Amino acid sequence: MSFLPSLESPQTIDVSLGPQHPSTHGVFRMNVTLDGETVTRLQPVFGYLHRNHEKIAEGNSWLAAMPYTDRLDYICPLTNNWAYALAVEKLAGIEVAERAEFIRVITAELTRLQNHVAFLGFVLGDMGAWGTALMYAFREREKILDLFESLTGARMMCNYMRFGGCRCDLPPGWLDTTRKLVDGFPKFLDEMEALLTGNEILLARLQGVAPMTADRAINGGMSGPVLRAAGVDYDIRKVDNYGIYNRFKFRVPRGTVGDCYDRFMIRVLEARESVGILKQAIAVIPEGPVVNPKAKQRGFRPPAGEAYGRIEGPKGELGFYLIADGSDKPYRFRIRPPSLINLTLLEELCVGTKIADVMVILGSIDIVLGEVDR
Amino acid sequence: MLDEDLRSDLQKRGIFVASFEDLYNWGRKSSLWPLQFGLACCAIEMIATAAARFDMARFGAEVFRPSPRQADLMIIAGTVTKKMAPLVVRLYNQMAEPKYVIAMGACAISGGPFKEGYNVLKGIDRYIPVDVAIPGCPPRPEALLEGLIKLQKKIEGQRLFGPNRARHADTRDAADYPVPSYGAHDLEPPMNPAVFKPEPSRREAE
Ligand code: SF4
Repeated sequence: MSFLPSLESPQTIDVSLGPQHPSTHGVFRMNVTLDGETVTRLQPVFGYLHRNHEKIAEGNSWLAAMPYTDRLDYICPLTNNWAYALAVEKLAGIEVAERAEFIRVITAELTRLQNHVAFLGFVLGDMGAWGTALMYAFREREKILDLFESLTGARMMCNYMRFGGCRCDLPPGWLDTTRKLVDGFPKFLDEMEALLTGNEILLARLQGVAPMTADRAINGGMSGPVLRAAGVDYDIRKVDNYGIYNRFKFRVPRGTVGDCYDRFMIRVLEARESVGILKQAIAVIPEGPVVNPKAKQRGFRPPAGEAYGRIEGPKGELGFYLIADGSDKPYRFRIRPPSLINLTLLEELCVGTKIADVMVILGSIDIVLGEVDR
Repeated sequence: MLDEDLRSDLQKRGIFVASFEDLYNWGRKSSLWPLQFGLACCAIEMIATAAARFDMARFGAEVFRPSPRQADLMIIAGTVTKKMAPLVVRLYNQMAEPKYVIAMGACAISGGPFKEGYNVLKGIDRYIPVDVAIPGCPPRPEALLEGLIKLQKKIEGQRLFGPNRARHADTRDAADYPVPSYGAHDLEPPMNPAVFKPEPSRREAE
């Protein structure tokens, strides 16, 4: 952080928040102009974690891009895998094995759960409740990571999806453990809600802070929980019906005013819906192969063409736009990261609020820098 | 040094004798305050290490400080890009001596999976001295704890006086490391030769 008297007016000061800041969720930087404590201007500075994902993917084979997708939004590797696999399957017209579709739904919803849980902990940390809430959140997250580890071999960098299916079948007993975890999860959410949602300080810090109208949210290109918190009924799981989401019953929670409190609560509600989807999926998962035997992985050469595959990631619309020229490498590999595009309205939301609210607003959007800067 | 028998004799009577160095090192190694500073994916594992299950507090290192002025240990958890590298060096300079660096993960050690990229620094040891390197992508929390224990062992053995004294006790050493600047194509300079002394590869050595 550095303080400078502003050039514009002797009344205001310029503050550079980040890139090393405990609440910027990584290496995000904001140049903020303050009049007293009120924000009059905010300019995000990107690129401190630009790791040239797209360029690297264009130089490697199609399959070799899969482990890199893990590292985009590093809190939710499995949904990233799915989005990329979906785009390639669309490009090459590959069918997905039936059992794999169920495994994908289960792992994606587990990913959503652990993302939203971690979000609750981080936002509380941004508000000053540093530590305690995060401990509860990470306790629960660890249980889900254990499931990921026994399934894929890695806690975070799973590299699990393949074109036309998944890399390996579920280990014995995995579904039972998952069922137990899923059954116990609402209890944790109840506990979290009992501790938090009625809390006076939390309400004062969140309610009415930075409201967003549905109109602005749509025009700003928002997606995911941020868009739905503004009252828009738009969930790609319902709109596109990708995978097998049309077979499950679930509701799409919506906010009313789109303030930080709505953005906070929508995650809790979504987690509850995910629990419902998980229960349904675990109950009816069929036996069978986990990958389409006709799909080629190594030496895969899709026909020339282009495709855009998108899913409802835990943070919003995650899309991959791929162009193939018939060779064994993508000609163009473009990522549409929800975190980056959800940041477009950041300045608008923050101007006029107090400096202490900026961190909460940023936290309520839920960004991950690996995805923002790519 | 004190005779071991005499020392245990004295201990039985409630008299503890230690050299100043031992006491000083014991105090420092048991309360390392890391800088709260995450760069990328590895930072999530660092948080997991500090959280309830792995509980870094057992090793006296749970007090994460957001300000470099209050920190003793910099855990470089994640990819250091060329845009970020000067800031990492500046943060390191702002930390008070004695200070230590753990390079956590393949990226911090060498650029890791992104080594071929145009914007990724191929190892932070080009600019600042690294005490412990933890391989992995990301290293498991247990690995970070192991790295921390390794660092504590290292601190235990550091001398304050004499010809082999530790870097921070050596007043001849430069206090600040030069911060690289953004050049036309790469960081200027691309490394600090005073710090970066890679071992020759086996082929070069032959
Ligand atoms: S070593 Fe792996 S997990 Fe760690 S920052 Fe680099 S890519 Fe991420």
